[in-house]
Amino acid sequence: MTQASATGRAHAIRLRLRRRPKVLTLFVWGYIVWSLAPALIAIAFSFNSGKSRSIWQGLSLRWWTDGPGSMLHNDVFRGALEHSFTLAVLNVLIAVPLGIGLAITLSRWFGRGSGAVSLLATMTLVVPELVLAISLFLLFTQLLDIVELGTMAQVIGQVTFTLPFVVVITRGRMSSISTDLEEAAMDLGCSPLQALRLVLVPLLQPAIVASVVIAFALSIDDFVVTQYLSSDASTQTVPMLIYNTARGSATPALNATATVLVVVTALLVALGGLLYYALSRRQRLGAAE
Amino acid sequence: MSRRSFYPLPYLLTTSGPGLAWIALFVVLGVYSLFAISLGTPDPILLTPTPAWSPLDWSFANFRDVISGLNPSGGIFWEVFRRSFVYIVLAAAGCVLIGYPVAYYVAMYAKRSKALLLVLLILPFLVSYMLRMLAWVGLLSPDGYVNEALSRLHLVSQPQDWLGGRPSTVVLALIYGWVPYFILPLYAALERLDRRYLEASADLGAGRVRTFIFTTLPLSVPGILAGLVLIALPMFGDYYTNQLVSGAATTSMIGNTINTYIASTQQRAIGAALASTLLIFLIAVLAYYVRTTARAARAVVR
Repeated sequence: MTQASATGRAHAIRLRLRRRPKVLTLFVWGYIVWSLAPALIAIAFSFNSGKSRSIWQGLSLRWWTDGPGSMLHNDVFRGALEHSFTLAVLNVLIAVPLGIGLAITLSRWFGRGSGAVSLLATMTLVVPELVLAISLFLLFTQLLDIVELGTMAQVIGQVTFTLPFVVVITRGRMSSISTDLEEAAMDLGCSPLQALRLVLVPLLQPAIVASVVIAFALSIDDFVVTQYLSSDASTQTVPMLIYNTARGSATPALNATATVLVVVTALLVALGGLLYYALSRRQRLGAAE
Repeated sequence: MSRRSFYPLPYLLTTSGPGLAWIALFVVLGVYSLFAISLGTPDPILLTPTPAWSPLDWSFANFRDVISGLNPSGGIFWEVFRRSFVYIVLAAAGCVLIGYPVAYYVAMYAKRSKALLLVLLILPFLVSYMLRMLAWVGLLSPDGYVNEALSRLHLVSQPQDWLGGRPSTVVLALIYGWVPYFILPLYAALERLDRRYLEASADLGAGRVRTFIFTTLPLSVPGILAGLVLIALPMFGDYYTNQLVSGAATTSMIGNTINTYIASTQQRAIGAALASTLLIFLIAVLAYYVRTTARAARAVVR
């Protein structure tokens, strides 16, 4: 066979493999609609003018801002939103630095025991959340009674399951940063801590952004740990509120409350995505120069 | 590059110390408390759970209760365990049937629409799980859109009570909740799949269907398994999905049983033993998975 006809044949095969089956295209778009439409409908129902969360009765802001039963004027809904955001911010502030510290060590230490520490740091990824929640609940009620159930216990629980995610994200980034840069910095007179601050942390910026977004989103979405370690109504988050009232006579104000959560998470993820893109682009350009 | 660390150990301990202390205090000690309660003997008078911190005080009575409860003939946990297992297997199968074609299409065929499709596949992660369940509670309620659509199409003569304790609703809700988590790792695996194998298969005369069955599918098994592990682990601890879309005792899962036992002070030790058993069971399954995939990877390299 000549070279030209072989190439031609390979091309034909590639074309044949790439031809799109129409049924599959339809199936995928059907899946997309099925996966997203229910949430969009639930969000739309927060603008319902009636009390129902299943029959549309006209457009209004009754459950958002107008009237005493609205999300804005009801302490239960507002309280749940505030508590959700408080926990998310605390989770970010604690889990991100702890996780990055762990990841730096894990990717710069190859000595004896590093394997065990690495396993320990990511172990909670495979512990079902219910088991982790029960373990912490028992720990705080039986042994460490200085930690009272409520906000403090909830933050500890969320940080505990967020840590391995931050570690995995940061290690991924660390593996692409050569140790040469830090060695050079130390050859030029930096102390290890200065090398960390002046060389590593700037290079880790994209990983820090990604970790912040993930830590925030994990906290906002969490239900099991947050519920197990809650104390009273003042420590109720939005997912707990949905769980406790979805099957009852809750009004569309519940949908409005959940919508706020989705919109804030989406905005943060979009912002984080843009920042991540800009930072990694700048670093690539910097490296190319 | 040498794999020696040039940082002094005290320095490495400074950056990781707080994280390590956190894990020791809350993960290690937490899981130890779970086992201490499971292995403890409840107070004889107050019946409150008493942890056995020292191995000398360990008693396996609670674990014996759990094991005999899991006896297929007459054990009190058998029915709920069997039901959870059936629901999880059905939901996992549903995730494969729905998720595989989606991941396959996006990895293999999507061209200009690929970026858009990926964003759309990630969007469900931004919507909280509870809101996605809340959405179905509205849609499936007696006066909801599902009943309305079905009666318009004359498929049902009167509104159905979808949320009144139907196993099918629970399985569908589990599929709906977890299929996005199944699709992404599978997509990543299919995306990495070496296209030359598929071209070779086509070159050797296999049609599209045969290429899929004998080449693509076997090569994507690791991706399917990774997705299944990712969704099966949380489903074993799930007690909220069935509670929201059914709420009936006849559709409760192992997570609900553990929940009930932990909530009651007198039976908390048994609940802890159930949770420990679940943890041991899942870690064993996972260890088996890691071993077999590692062996398969070595076989491929050879």
